[in-house]
Amino acid sequence: MPNTLSILGSYVALAAMMVATVGCSGGSNPDAVKLQGAGASFPALLYGAWFKSYSNEHDDVQIDYQSVGSGSGVSSVIDGTVDFGASDSAMSEEEMAKVERGVQLLPMTAGAIVIAYNLEGVDELKLSREAYAGIFLKEITKWNDPKIAATNEGVELPDQDINVIVRSDSSGTTYVFTKHLAAISEKFNSDVGVNKAPNWPVGTKSKGNEGVTTSLNQTPGSLGYVEYGFAEKTGLSMASLENKSGKFIKPTIESAQAALSAVEFPPSLIAFLPDPEGEDSWPIVTYTWIIAYKTYDDPKKMEAFKEMIKYCLTTGQESSEELGYIPLPETVTSKVTAALDNITAK
Amino acid sequence: MDHPTRSPISRPPTAVERGIDRVFRFACSSFAWLTIIVMAYIVFEISWKASPAVQEYGTDFLTGRTWDPNTSEYGILPEIWGTLYSSLLALFIGSFFGIAVAVFLSEGYLGNFVFQILRLFGIQFHRFWGKLPTWSEGALKNLVELLAAIPSVVYGLWGIFVVMPMLREPCNWLHENMGWFPLFSTRYQGPGMITASFVLAIMILPTISAISRDALVAVPPKLREASYGLGATRWETILSVVLPTASGGIFGGIVLAFGRALGETMALAMLVGNMNTVDVSIFSPANTLAALLANNFSEAGSDEMKVGVLMYAGMVLMAITLVVNILGALILQRATSGLKGMR
Repeated sequence: MPNTLSILGSYVALAAMMVATVGCSGGSNPDAVKLQGAGASFPALLYGAWFKSYSNEHDDVQIDYQSVGSGSGVSSVIDGTVDFGASDSAMSEEEMAKVERGVQLLPMTAGAIVIAYNLEGVDELKLSREAYAGIFLKEITKWNDPKIAATNEGVELPDQDINVIVRSDSSGTTYVFTKHLAAISEKFNSDVGVNKAPNWPVGTKSKGNEGVTTSLNQTPGSLGYVEYGFAEKTGLSMASLENKSGKFIKPTIESAQAALSAVEFPPSLIAFLPDPEGEDSWPIVTYTWIIAYKTYDDPKKMEAFKEMIKYCLTTGQESSEELGYIPLPETVTSKVTAALDNITAK
Repeated sequence: MDHPTRSPISRPPTAVERGIDRVFRFACSSFAWLTIIVMAYIVFEISWKASPAVQEYGTDFLTGRTWDPNTSEYGILPEIWGTLYSSLLALFIGSFFGIAVAVFLSEGYLGNFVFQILRLFGIQFHRFWGKLPTWSEGALKNLVELLAAIPSVVYGLWGIFVVMPMLREPCNWLHENMGWFPLFSTRYQGPGMITASFVLAIMILPTISAISRDALVAVPPKLREASYGLGATRWETILSVVLPTASGGIFGGIVLAFGRALGETMALAMLVGNMNTVDVSIFSPANTLAALLANNFSEAGSDEMKVGVLMYAGMVLMAITLVVNILGALILQRATSGLKGMR
């Protein structure tokens, strides 16, 4: 018994030591301003990189970002449990009205949503609009369906079920993706509709972009929609999609930029492109927003937040491309910087 | 006879001792009552929050198959089905292995095994090595029980990265060659009933094996000796004497494990596929009540009706668990009443 106790004691001491060291490295500056953010998983890779490098350079600011999905991001802003939120689906008028302190949406970066797949021996896949809308409507269930085969001559497609993977959480990625599908398919619009968490007729569900990427990697014969950066980072094969002008486009930073260049921002800084024009445009792109309050209780917090955003808009943009996100054009960053003036402290 | 009047046993308790006793008794009973009150409060809170949804959806909620927050159409039949089916499947796999482990650990097989190995190395009995079998049994028992300490998320990840690829080949083979059999009628996609149940079985294994082992160890040695004395083989002794005698305890462990399987959340949310289908095939993706709650709760926010339907679903889960436990207790009573005389 004393033996057990001493072993137990040493474990407790070890645990205490670990907690102490972690605590120390995290909180070297006890006066640091702590910014708590939560929301979209789509820009999580990029935000993570930005916030980390910003915190390293600024000893007095700690930023914590939880990638919990756009839906949760918006609801935590409404509940006031975070200092800032993040969402790929921006916010609806209705949602904004619920926030007493007012909200200012700041587009921070843009990304492309791709259809990634895991199919042995198929390195190149071209999907027509009819084909990929059909897959998500459960109209096309086999890999060798004539509608897929028609655009993929010379590719050997197996007689195998398509294992569709969709998101289980409420997600801005889903919102943007369904918005696009609804724009190109009348049936999708009426049967499923545009939503952060639609009632999919098809698919097994995984949580977050991370979850979908993992499922895609683990399951041969599967197909799903993820943010470009995630697919790129894990080396998933991405399908070429037919855009509005009927051309098959490969997902790249350039094709996404081509699609985004056409957007004009209204004063609210919320704009979507469900089906962008242009010969070389990737069809599914979106801006993604950080949601700030219009008023902050603590001037120090507000100052830190604004500095952080400015950093992301300048230095931060340089690292976007590397991580698979699209840097904002100059015209947009200046608009966002100007919008920061709308944010005040009590 | 000499009566030691001042012995601590025979003297009456002092006022202080009586006071301590009273405080202790009071503390115990108040904690017991507190547990009951907390339990009652939880039930009340859940039913109260669920009441708008209960009024709105009534029993249609239990038979509906769609879950669509956007059209406010809610039904949890697939989840009820998935919860029961995955738990039963897990119980089937888990109790088989759990009881086997318990028998192995309690009937001296491991000791025999250790001695055989020692003999291979030319080490015969020695007082020092004599301790080894008991020691190794304890170690293995603790190792199995350690399985219970692994966080659910880790099981989920293990399921995704290890179990899914491992099951893929055999499951696809079964589907291709025995697809006519209802249990194998859909293609194995990865996340689904079998993956979830398999991982669930391992999660409940420690509960079953630990309790079963305790029950088996508690079987009086007299019984075993008598059985051997009558000429029964070891196999016969274990199957027809030891296991039936311990069956009450073993069954209790299984019921406890079933309760855990019903309520398991995180690992299932990661592995079950979260798809609202009702399918007997063990390869098809499914959904469970706990996974449904985990996936939807963060989104429900302040919307009363959304919280209401989730609370309703939680209430159903609670009711299922309660019914299972009551049934378990009843069966236990039936099963052990005939064996009372053996103890």
